This record gives sequence, C-alpha cells and structure tokens, in this order.
Amino acid sequence: MKVGVITFPGSNCDYDCYKAAQEVLEGETIFLWHKEHDLRGVDAVFLPGGFSYGDYLRAGAIAQLSPIMNEVRQFAAAGGPVIGICNGFQILCEAGMLPGALIRNRSLRFISRPVHIRVEQSRPPFTSEYGAGRVLRVPIAHGEGCYIADEPVLDALEAEGRVLFRYCTPDGEVTEAANPNGSARNIAGIVNEAGNVLGMMPHPERAVEPLLGSADGAPLFESLGAHLTSMMIYK
Amino acid sequence: MSDFQVEVRVVPREGILDPQGKAVAGALKSLGFAGVDHVHVGRLVTLSLSAASPEEAQHAAVAMCRQLLANPVTEDFDVRILEAAGS
Repeated sequence: MKVGVITFPGSNCDYDCYKAAQEVLEGETIFLWHKEHDLRGVDAVFLPGGFSYGDYLRAGAIAQLSPIMNEVRQFAAAGGPVIGICNGFQILCEAGMLPGALIRNRSLRFISRPVHIRVEQSRPPFTSEYGAGRVLRVPIAHGEGCYIADEPVLDALEAEGRVLFRYCTPDGEVTEAANPNGSARNIAGIVNEAGNVLGMMPHPERAVEPLLGSADGAPLFESLGAHLTSMMIYK
Repeated sequence: MSDFQVEVRVVPREGILDPQGKAVAGALKSLGFAGVDHVHVGRLVTLSLSAASPEEAQHAAVAMCRQLLANPVTEDFDVRILEAAGS
C-alpha cells in the first residue's frame, strides 16, 4: 500500500504523519507538494496539521484552493480514504468536504496538551481496530478547534453515526469540563456521509508509540492499513 | 470599464459563539464603559475592481465572499461599492 502526506506551505505535522504512517503501515509513504496535480497512485491521503498559509483569512481557507485539492476531491469522491488532522480538518471543512467549521477556542487560548477522547463508532476505514467506547489519550495543539455546525447538521451527524470521536474525561464521560475548546456536543472528529473522509482535531500521529507518551493513536493507522489490505484483496 | 473601490465587511454570524467579541466586551467594561453589550469582532477587506458597472462590481464581490472571503457557516458579510475612481 502507498500513503501520501500533503505538504502545504506552513504544514508542520507532515513529518509526524509520515513517520507514523511509515512505522505502523506496511508499504510506502510519500510526500506530496500542494502544487502538484497528481496523487501518484496513493491509496490514502493525509492532510497534516500546521498553519497552512499562516492561517490567513481563516484557518484552511487558502489551502483548500491549492492545486492538489482538486485531485483530493476526486479521490475522495471515488471512495479513497482522506484523513485531515488539526489544520487538515480545518482545510476539509473550508473545502466543503466535511460539514461545519472550526472557530476560535472558547478560551481564546492556544491549547497544547494531552486530552481524552472516546471512540464513538468502531468501523472501517478509520476506527475498526478500536472497540466502541474505548478512551484514548492523544494530544491536541490548536487555537481554532471549536467545532460548530447548525443544529440540523449536528443532529444528522449523530443520527448517521458520523461522530467518530468526542472529548471526554479519563473515564470516558462526555462532560462540559472535559471539552477543551467549546466544540458543539464535545465533537473531536467526524466523517463525511460516505464515511471515507475523516477530520479530527486531536493528533493520533503524535501518539503511536509509548515513547511519545501514548500509543493510542496507532490503531487508527492500523485500521486504515486493515481497510487498504482488504481493498487490495477484493480488487 | 471603470475602477470601483470595494469594501467587504465580514462579521460573525448572528447567534454564533463569538469568544473574541465576548472578551473585548469584558475588557471595555473593565475600562469603565458601562452599558456595552453585543460586541463582535470581524474584518474589513478592501479591494479595487475593474468592472463595467456598479452592479457588476457588486455581483463579483458577492461571489468572492461566497467562495473565499467569508465562511457561510460562521460569518455574515455585506458589500459596499464606493465611488468609481477616475475614468
């Protein structure tokens, strides 16, 4: 399998993503530059965290107009897995590939610390290797991570099982106090209607081995690997 | 074609959580400006635009807002076409 990590000007988690994908997944990981017009045959795409275009205008607003995003849109429309982490999530929302938006944290502060999130759905291609209800400890590092959407959109996300992760206490309780940024309904990660485009604010790629303080992010990569392997068998 | 000055005002959508506006409201109150409420912080985008008519300039500016300058999920915008400079 081959996985691509897109580098935008201002991306700063692209190497973390690359390293995590290489470590956990079998196969090849490559970098893709935002100006390219070709995904070079990758089986999955990562939009990494960072501050693409200096967060000018709004976080992700300019990056979503990068040339390579046309290819990413087509790839996603054809069912290809796309994972946007942190700034990548913001880019996917700005691109209209995921509903809603990420606005300034309720506290107005940039928050960089480990948080707990609960896996709400155990399903391919991103969370099949987690049991539903499992609590993960993963870092967040963002100033604009407060997820909002209109009430009907939030209701649809819930009804369709598209909320994959929610901020929670270490015991897995979803409480106001465990919500670091003010996100609606403690939402930390969602997928699109087809389930193949994931956006999440926490950083699983920074938690793939105990040396990093947590290996709770690794199963996300393993889930993706299992999905890609099954796709290859059925191809 | 004439040149138009375009002003685009982007503000947080009514009813949307606006922590920045809230913080500024608190700061203004602490300065002694009692009675301050409903503070919102947005941004102003100015640009010059070559167009055949004010209507065409308005039309183009609204399209710019929808596609880039404002996020319809979180922001409202309004467009002002100022004087045609020269020509």
